[in-house]
Amino acid sequence: MSESERLSVFKTYKLYVGGKFPRSESGRVYEVTDQKDRWLANAPQASRKDARDAVSAARKAFGGWSGATAYNRGQVLYRVAEMLEGRRGQFTAEVAASEGISKSRAAAVVDATVDRWVWYAGWTDKIGQVTGGANPVAGPFFNLSTPEPTGVVTVLAPQDSSFLGLVSVVAPVIATGNTAVVVASERSPLPALSLGEVLATSDLPGGVVNVLSGRTAELAAPLASHQDVNGIDLYGADETLAKELEIAAADNLKRVVRPHPVDFSADPGTGRLTAFLETKTVWHPTGGLGASGSGY
Amino acid sequence: MGGAPLADVTASDGSLRRFLHGLPGVDAVGLEARAASLGTRSIKTTAKAYAIDLAISMIDLTTLEGADTPGKVRSLAAKALHPDPTDRTVPTTAALCVYPDMVETAVASLAGSDVKVASVATAFPAGRTALAVKLADVRDAVAAGADEIDMVIDRGAFLAGHYLKVYEEIVAVKAECGAARLKVIFETGELSTYDNIRRASWLGMVAGADFIKTSTGKVAVNATPANTLLMLEAVRDFRAQTGVRVGVKPAGGIRTSKDAIKFLVLVNETVGEDWLDSHWFRFGASSLLNDLLMQRQKLSTGRYSGPDYVTVD
Amino acid sequence: MAFEYAPAPESRSVVDIAPSYGLFIDGEFTDAADGKVFKTVSPATEEVLSEVARAGAEDVDRAVKAARGAFAKWSALPGAERAKYLFRIARIIQERSRELAVLETLDNGKPIRETRDADLPLVAAHFFYYAGWADKLDHAGYGANPRPLGVAGQVIPWNFPLLMLAWKIAPALATGNTVVLKPAETTPLSALFFADICRQAGLPRGVVNILPGYGDTGAALVEHEDVDKIAFTGSTAVGKAIARQIAGTGKKATLELGGKGANIVFDDAPVDQAVEGIVTGIFFNQGQVCCAGSRLLVQESVQDELLDSLKRRLSTLRVGDPLDKNTDLGAINSAEQLARIRTLADAGEAEGAERWSPECELPASGYWFAPTLFTNVTQAHTVARDEIFGPVLSVLTFRTPEEAVAKANNTQYGLSAGIWTEKGSRILAVANRLRAGVVWANTFNKFDPTSPFGGYKESGYGREGGRHGLEAYLDV
Repeated sequence: MSESERLSVFKTYKLYVGGKFPRSESGRVYEVTDQKDRWLANAPQASRKDARDAVSAARKAFGGWSGATAYNRGQVLYRVAEMLEGRRGQFTAEVAASEGISKSRAAAVVDATVDRWVWYAGWTDKIGQVTGGANPVAGPFFNLSTPEPTGVVTVLAPQDSSFLGLVSVVAPVIATGNTAVVVASERSPLPALSLGEVLATSDLPGGVVNVLSGRTAELAAPLASHQDVNGIDLYGADETLAKELEIAAADNLKRVVRPHPVDFSADPGTGRLTAFLETKTVWHPTGGLGASGSGY
Repeated sequence: MGGAPLADVTASDGSLRRFLHGLPGVDAVGLEARAASLGTRSIKTTAKAYAIDLAISMIDLTTLEGADTPGKVRSLAAKALHPDPTDRTVPTTAALCVYPDMVETAVASLAGSDVKVASVATAFPAGRTALAVKLADVRDAVAAGADEIDMVIDRGAFLAGHYLKVYEEIVAVKAECGAARLKVIFETGELSTYDNIRRASWLGMVAGADFIKTSTGKVAVNATPANTLLMLEAVRDFRAQTGVRVGVKPAGGIRTSKDAIKFLVLVNETVGEDWLDSHWFRFGASSLLNDLLMQRQKLSTGRYSGPDYVTVD
Repeated sequence: MAFEYAPAPESRSVVDIAPSYGLFIDGEFTDAADGKVFKTVSPATEEVLSEVARAGAEDVDRAVKAARGAFAKWSALPGAERAKYLFRIARIIQERSRELAVLETLDNGKPIRETRDADLPLVAAHFFYYAGWADKLDHAGYGANPRPLGVAGQVIPWNFPLLMLAWKIAPALATGNTVVLKPAETTPLSALFFADICRQAGLPRGVVNILPGYGDTGAALVEHEDVDKIAFTGSTAVGKAIARQIAGTGKKATLELGGKGANIVFDDAPVDQAVEGIVTGIFFNQGQVCCAGSRLLVQESVQDELLDSLKRRLSTLRVGDPLDKNTDLGAINSAEQLARIRTLADAGEAEGAERWSPECELPASGYWFAPTLFTNVTQAHTVARDEIFGPVLSVLTFRTPEEAVAKANNTQYGLSAGIWTEKGSRILAVANRLRAGVVWANTFNKFDPTSPFGGYKESGYGREGGRHGLEAYLDV
């Protein structure tokens, strides 16, 4: 038997929820094909209940992840980049197949994606300094504004840019201390599901990122209306769906990022970092050193 | 006396320290803001007339100068008895406050009146002398007929954390006072922090002070609305805990009617009517009286008065 | 003899209220297209103060057109020139602050002490602060030459009429936007006086337009397709409606909504200042404050002592004529709001919470509610969950810092919180874990134009004030 005749071992793609790899509770899968409609794999078709479980997992992880030091979050995210680097071959193959681009172009996309992750890993302990600070109030008070993560954020990943786009919308959400429920590209979910495997083997606590594959509209609806989700990035929704979701999101006043086309190869700026940050301002009296110095 | 429910507090230096350091803290900004806010009360017409007469009746008219003479003291005594010679409806001041060697003159000048004679003592204002000397100072004043003794605490001992020493000194002075009422001066400007002022207030009250008093008038910062408010809170809480009522005397720096009325508002809204009486609240002041008199004349005549229409004593 | 304060009324004559007012559109006062008017009354006396034009959809369209017409020129002005207009406005407000304070007290019912010492100084300070930003936007951290959004539709509440106007208009103008603002139907007057200030300042026509009206006016403004930005302060219910209304549009929104702030008092608190902070927290502006400390969370071990002090303090509150300089608590803003407070307070009682008010005589006419305390309240009580927006404090207890934080955060709101303790590390630890946009430690209800203000969760989104407040009006 020549080597080319060796029967390869297929991978069973699974959801990534709460640090584990469940199949969809519905037992459903759907066929993922390449751009020429050739079968690539079966992906789990997650259900509303999977979405619910993912939110629970993200909420459970929020306290620990948001409470970790920014330095620690940066270390963990950088570790993710290291693990991605080691799997460049796998991701290149998946991106090439998913997006219908050449191996060399896919490799460039994967490189850019790893670099993007590194960029966000470095932001964890800087965003607070850039967006927060002391406010010079007119009175004997110390007044400090600091950004804090919004909470559990649903991310509808880009439909086309299955890896660079995915990382460009997920990494900023978790870099700032949020936890995420990610709905992968409906047509090209494989890089997202593989990213789950990378996250599981880096030091990222389970539940910080949860990856669902399936029908975007079916999963997004319960996530947009979920009362325990605090924010939603609608990037992966079309105009009609985005509007419906934005209306549903108003029920608990989720922070909403509307879908605007983004050139993922460009400098991403800080917009996606600040979209899911809340500014907390703390006051405390200062006063004089002693009663003898008071100005009466 | 007074401290029966708190007797265990003074069992040792350690227990006293633990007690004083266990008192609730004071946030300076909040305290000053509250005092300032009460300072914005607008006291008009009938309320102002009431407050002015009340303030006059609460003054410990004071002369504490190295240059004090019997003549000066007699002149001030006359002022205490008849603050406005043109208007006999003006109340007398609460007391005349002098150095111990002037007590005899003061007593003679005020004989037959209700105006008390208060004497500073205990090596006022610094208090830096031996306890025996301080006690002798008190004995002399009491023997000369002083109705009230204004002692200074040992700020050095207090700041060094020797609270029991401060306590014992007050107790010893109190014992020498006999029937005279004891005012305990903290010199709040030297204690510096509000936490210290609260601790000193409780220390003084536990030791048997009849009055707690802010200051000598001899340092840069004397009575302020904030430190007086803090001491009013202390006497309020002490009464709630022990049933014993203690008076409060802000002294030094209160020069205008407007200021005095602000202090009365502090009293009114912190400890209430029970303290709106010269037996429980005093102003240690001298120039304040003439300003009150001029304001009083303005209220009764409608014209602004001037310094030529009040006596310079 | 008691020390009774004689009446000390501020003079009404410092303000001249016209019998009627129009809408302020394109620099002119004008009637509503359909001729509709409404009356505004003094909540303290129910006296009619004036009759005010009521803007309809057609008027909204006129005003938005005026704002759009003014936008190109206004946004193209050098920042330094816009700054000078705002400085002028700030100064005129300072000059006219006594008049405006009396006006606000008449129309709103809040004590003159507050309009004089809090509202008006903050209004002027806010314009002064944002004036200085107008020519420094390149340095604000939003990139070089950040652009304004266009026409801002602003809807403000009745609790701080002029201050909320300042919070909205000052940053909008500084960044180069033009404005259509709708004041609340019960407090339209100070916004109309502000229109006059804009004229005195020589502000170009159409840059600021004021449309008095009811909810339908606000809805029409939010709906208008040529509005680029919505800024709303008010109830969470309306905030959600606005969020739905603008879904799928390009409109940017800031929403500053309701709250149920927890004021947490630990056993080592500076107790006298804590009592003052509790009083300020819930009785400032009759408790009609979105960031009010309406839930007192007191450590169980000091509950009795603290409540004794608090009750004693409440007995000294002076309720009555808002124009009297010694009044601490004025009138409730409207009959409608009074009814809401009564309903919720009655619910508290019906659910078994213990109700207490100090003895106080309320005036016979006008809308009044005595300062009220509910004890024996649990998280399940309506008075612990619903925003009452009135002088009603619910007292709950906790045993440990963990429990305090858990209870404080156990609400759909997230606007404000208070912490009282002398232990520095506890302040920082608790402040870190509170899910609220403003945390006051050993103080409460402090505001400053440099200090960003806004909520977490259903208290809304976006920040007003400070450098952060610019973002809401820039295309970034």
